[in-house]
Amino acid sequence: MNDVAWSTADVPAVEIRGVHKLYGSLHVLHQVDLVVAPGEVVCLIGPSGSGKSTLLRCINNLEKIQAGLIHVHGGLVGYRRVGRDLVEATQRQRRQARQHIGMVFQQFNLFGHLTLLQNLIEAPIHVQGLPREQAVEQAKALLGRVGLADKHGDYPAQLSGGQQQRVAIARALCMRPKLMLFDEPTSALDPELVGEVLDVMRDLAGNQMTMLVVTHEIGFARQVADTVVFMDQGRIVEHGPAAQVLDSPRQERTRRFLERVR
Amino acid sequence: MTDATAVKMGADLPVRIRARKRYGNWVAGAMVVLVVVLVFRSALTNENFSWPAFGRYVFSSTILLGLARTVELAVIAMALSIIAGIVLAVLRQSSNGVLNAVSGAYIWVFRATPLLVLLLLLYNVAALYPTVSLGIPFGPDLFSVATNSVVTVAGAAIIGLTLHEAAYCAEIFRAGLVSVEHGQREAAEALGMPSGLILRRIVLPQAMRAIVPPLTNQFVNVVKTTSIVSVISMSELLHSAQIIYARTYETIPLLLVATFWYLVLTALLTVAQHYVEQYFNRGRAGISAAASRKLSRLALEAGR
Repeated sequence: MNDVAWSTADVPAVEIRGVHKLYGSLHVLHQVDLVVAPGEVVCLIGPSGSGKSTLLRCINNLEKIQAGLIHVHGGLVGYRRVGRDLVEATQRQRRQARQHIGMVFQQFNLFGHLTLLQNLIEAPIHVQGLPREQAVEQAKALLGRVGLADKHGDYPAQLSGGQQQRVAIARALCMRPKLMLFDEPTSALDPELVGEVLDVMRDLAGNQMTMLVVTHEIGFARQVADTVVFMDQGRIVEHGPAAQVLDSPRQERTRRFLERVR
Repeated sequence: MTDATAVKMGADLPVRIRARKRYGNWVAGAMVVLVVVLVFRSALTNENFSWPAFGRYVFSSTILLGLARTVELAVIAMALSIIAGIVLAVLRQSSNGVLNAVSGAYIWVFRATPLLVLLLLLYNVAALYPTVSLGIPFGPDLFSVATNSVVTVAGAAIIGLTLHEAAYCAEIFRAGLVSVEHGQREAAEALGMPSGLILRRIVLPQAMRAIVPPLTNQFVNVVKTTSIVSVISMSELLHSAQIIYARTYETIPLLLVATFWYLVLTALLTVAQHYVEQYFNRGRAGISAAASRKLSRLALEAGR
């Protein structure tokens, strides 16, 4: 991968060009284009089934695409270029690209048989080859950052949903990602627990992390997002500065959606 | 609502909330005790059981040697089947169509072949292939030995049991792997973990919860299935008992001796299962109902 490009500021963090994604004959992403600058926070909103989660999962190659291309910091994830075509890359290539993309899931997906500390040190030790003491030190610091410093010996099942999601964010951060993907991070939470997770995400955004967030939290989007993307039926309907899209949408479809979720 | 009624109700508040008396348990218990006493009495007073003979043989060296052979056979066959079973289960889920089909075919063939038939075939394999050779395919042999020196009685027993049990273990492991939520694998993939590592450190440890009970079942089965191996004259527990009663005609006591040891082995496995399950339940284990009741009582008392 071109490591030089990772550090240069003029290369977009994410560049999505003409992406199509189909399940059988079902067209879930249709000619999607999106460019995300380093440090930008993008919120993807839209009705369920609009393809926003699928788009997010395509970025770190949890889903394959059928046409188009996706660059993350100038490199391909899960594909390599051969002439004009993309060819699926080897597992090793895909893993290396993925390490730098943190992912947070709706259902947290913490490893249930491991303590919080073990959840956080597993990948840094076994994927990045970090020495154990260093991994533990980093994990404890990150648990502290999400407000769970005293819980490192607990198992995920002993925590509330909000706490689990904060740990999941910390686990992704342990790999020192340059990009964070959030797939409806608060949708599985009790309403009173949503705030604590959004606080952690707000803190991350404040530290110049590039973030793509699929969310139904319009308030959060208005407050934290630089850009809001509205999707419907596999297409990007509207794309612009958060205040503009949320407060004076240009498209009728966007307006109708926002009226209903408000 | 006046203060007076509130006070009055306060006075009537129950001090303790007690569990219902379960008389059914006592009745059932008494009946079971009665039946057990009757069975034991009849067995002990019936001279045809010849308990002195049972006592004479239960720790005899022939029986204990047979027991050791049975344990050895079961442990080796089970260990090999577990390894083969994991490999087959992983292949069965592989995206590589060829490997997938190979695993499926293996499971089909060896679940379909009765163990007895398989053992007899292996025992007589020398009739099919008198020598075993190592060589270049379609080329010269580098090395060649008589089949009977490789596939001994013990060899045939272990190979037969392993081939047979591996097919069942494969399905047990596959069921376990499937039972782990897909999100666990996805989260590990998103962290850049390679698939071998995901299997070993994330999926398999969590699959074990679903795997241990049927696998113990399988192990118990193998312990008893070793008795089938007596048909190819392997001197395991049952065969040792048969050798003695062929000589002394004390058939019943010796069959009881064999049964006794199978019971003991199964009891040991059941105890082991308990601890293995506890280990793989970590992270989800609640506490027992009784312990929970006690903790609640203590907490309430401390709060008063």
